[in-house]
Amino acid sequence: MPQLLKDGQVIDNPWQIIEANDEADQEALPSGDILVPLSMWLNNQSVLENHSGAVGLWINGDEEIEGIAQSIVTAPVIAINFPKFVDGRGFSVARLLRDRYGFKGELRAVGQIIRDQLFFLKRCGFNAFEFDSEIDLDEGAQSLADFSDAYQVAADQPEPLFKRR
Amino acid sequence: MYRYDQYDQTIVDERVAQYRDQTQRYLAGTISEEEFLPLRLQNGLYVQRLAPMLRIAVPYGLLSSQQIRKLAHISRKYDKGYVHFTTRQNIQLNWPQLEEVPDILAELASVEMHAIQTSGNCIRNTTTDQYAGVAADEIEDPRPWCEIIRQWSTLHPEFAFLPRKFKIAVCGSEEDRAAFLLHDIGIQLVTNDQGESGFHIFVGGGLGRTPVIASSIREFLPREHLLTYLDAILRVYNRYGNRDNKYKARIKILVRAWTVEVFAERVESEWAHLKDGPATLTGDEIERMKSFFTMPDYKTVDAQALDSELQQTAGQNKAFARWLERNTRTQKQAGYRSVSLSLKPAGVAPGDVTDQQLETIADLADRFSFGELRSTHNQNIVLTDVLVCELFELWELARAAGLATPNIGTINDMICCPGGDYCSLANAKSIPVAEAIQRKFDDLDYVYDLGDLELNISGCMNACGHHHIGHIGILGVDKKGEEWYQIQIGGSASKDAALAKVLGPSLSREAVTDSIEKLLDVYVENRLEGETFLAAYKRIGIDKFKERVYAPTA
Repeated sequence: MPQLLKDGQVIDNPWQIIEANDEADQEALPSGDILVPLSMWLNNQSVLENHSGAVGLWINGDEEIEGIAQSIVTAPVIAINFPKFVDGRGFSVARLLRDRYGFKGELRAVGQIIRDQLFFLKRCGFNAFEFDSEIDLDEGAQSLADFSDAYQVAADQPEPLFKRR
Repeated sequence: MYRYDQYDQTIVDERVAQYRDQTQRYLAGTISEEEFLPLRLQNGLYVQRLAPMLRIAVPYGLLSSQQIRKLAHISRKYDKGYVHFTTRQNIQLNWPQLEEVPDILAELASVEMHAIQTSGNCIRNTTTDQYAGVAADEIEDPRPWCEIIRQWSTLHPEFAFLPRKFKIAVCGSEEDRAAFLLHDIGIQLVTNDQGESGFHIFVGGGLGRTPVIASSIREFLPREHLLTYLDAILRVYNRYGNRDNKYKARIKILVRAWTVEVFAERVESEWAHLKDGPATLTGDEIERMKSFFTMPDYKTVDAQALDSELQQTAGQNKAFARWLERNTRTQKQAGYRSVSLSLKPAGVAPGDVTDQQLETIADLADRFSFGELRSTHNQNIVLTDVLVCELFELWELARAAGLATPNIGTINDMICCPGGDYCSLANAKSIPVAEAIQRKFDDLDYVYDLGDLELNISGCMNACGHHHIGHIGILGVDKKGEEWYQIQIGGSASKDAALAKVLGPSLSREAVTDSIEKLLDVYVENRLEGETFLAAYKRIGIDKFKERVYAPTA
């Protein structure tokens, strides 16, 4: 089974990502836990409710989530896709989901992320990381702790350093 | 100046360790070229035409003598014994080895320095007035605010992968000496009708291919809201800035596409969520920051007596008098002056300084300037707080070290990028152009008669030499593989910020100096009493200049 870095641990990743498609065809969906595209999540709830496994969703970093946040924060897993690792939009969307819309489930970074972004990704509220390239996850997990403290308020630190020093 | 506590030191030390590990993994082949690129850029490392280039951060241009000595040491041990001061008040090493950069960063960390975010698509070094704290026209010292912004922007987790680079400048005085309207965010310290201090916020300024003067988006931001408001601007930009075309990716393009009104509304609505949140500054934090920028221990002196003594000395020594006039400046503290050490003697690339000169500069700072100095966006060094009665001694020592060329603010004090001699982006060389101009205009009486004149040279349209805002700007262009130069006139980096206009078709390098001379001739023939080149240009327009330069030769 593919692996995933979650909450600092390397674990099995049973979730399958369903590629973009507006229509959910129950027959075509694989069994087991799935992450569906946003449009499918929004438009096919009745189909998805009958799915055998757990259902979460994935979005792109350029998604305007303001209008739909309330209907997605109930998901057990939200994945944010990074089409390129230098595309930093996903960092802002993660913070909105955590800080503004109170998402408490698993927030997963997927796509072309690199291990050297892990510390920043974690600070923005991601707690799970699914790499599209082959990497040694145990070794990569070290980058989660590149820094022991930081100046700014973020999803992992409610108080800025200036109030704690 | 600001001093690190254990938190700052730990963050910088951990950054060195992180980059050392990244460099090792890159050399071992486990990080690809593409992935390593932003990592090394955000640690200041470019790969240039001849060698890598390392850009070291000098936060808002402030340095201690200890830091300067360390830079001298680094330039000897890891480079060729000289460094280059940039137009963003930073310092560049032109010949470091990629393998040794982690060691250089560790040396820097030992004196509270770093190269974090000096390059790459992230928030860069915040710049300000080189006369902060001593300028007579200062409303408020901008440095505590610069340090607050430095800490907020350092390793900001949300804004490390922006659409493009992002530059912030703070202006705390009547006159603008930070070119703050030519930054992605320009912050002006202001006081409102109730006497409360706050900020006037401008966005979308910048040079480069599409030069734009920043627009106001908020006339008064109460001071405690600075960071939440900056977070709101950066978040809007991070989400909606163009990522498809790097030439359309700066915030100025987004502001223009949306209109400044719409952009301001988007920021306000984002800010509504962040305002009064945990990042809101506390009075304690503002006071803590201000406590680092207190005034030095000034002596009580008879300023009038010192001044008449100074005038007497100047009367007996013409060379000293010239230097005094061009390279020193009065301060709000009577009896003290600020001194510019010129890094622009003829024959040296503007902004270059040797390790020996750095040692001398450190000694001068210790002896005359409370151990501190400032780098300027004009690529010179400023020593503040020099007792008037010590100026002559300082001048003699600086002159012996080649640091007293009396050309500050003149045509020979040009801003100049490294150009095609070093930079892989450049279309043309810039340093030889600067040198040719300095050699041509070597008659000091003529140069002084021309008065304040800003001449800026960029080797390509990325505009590191700020050619758009020079009174005279020179831009290197590529014409079928040959180096040509476009001349622009009428730019200004002051509060009356203006972008220069192109004079006409580009010229060969040989023709540049003669054309500059023609421009100056037109000015001298047409000026009114006391009128500067820029003022004369504004009055008479571009045509007279154009006709002279492009007149058919007899």
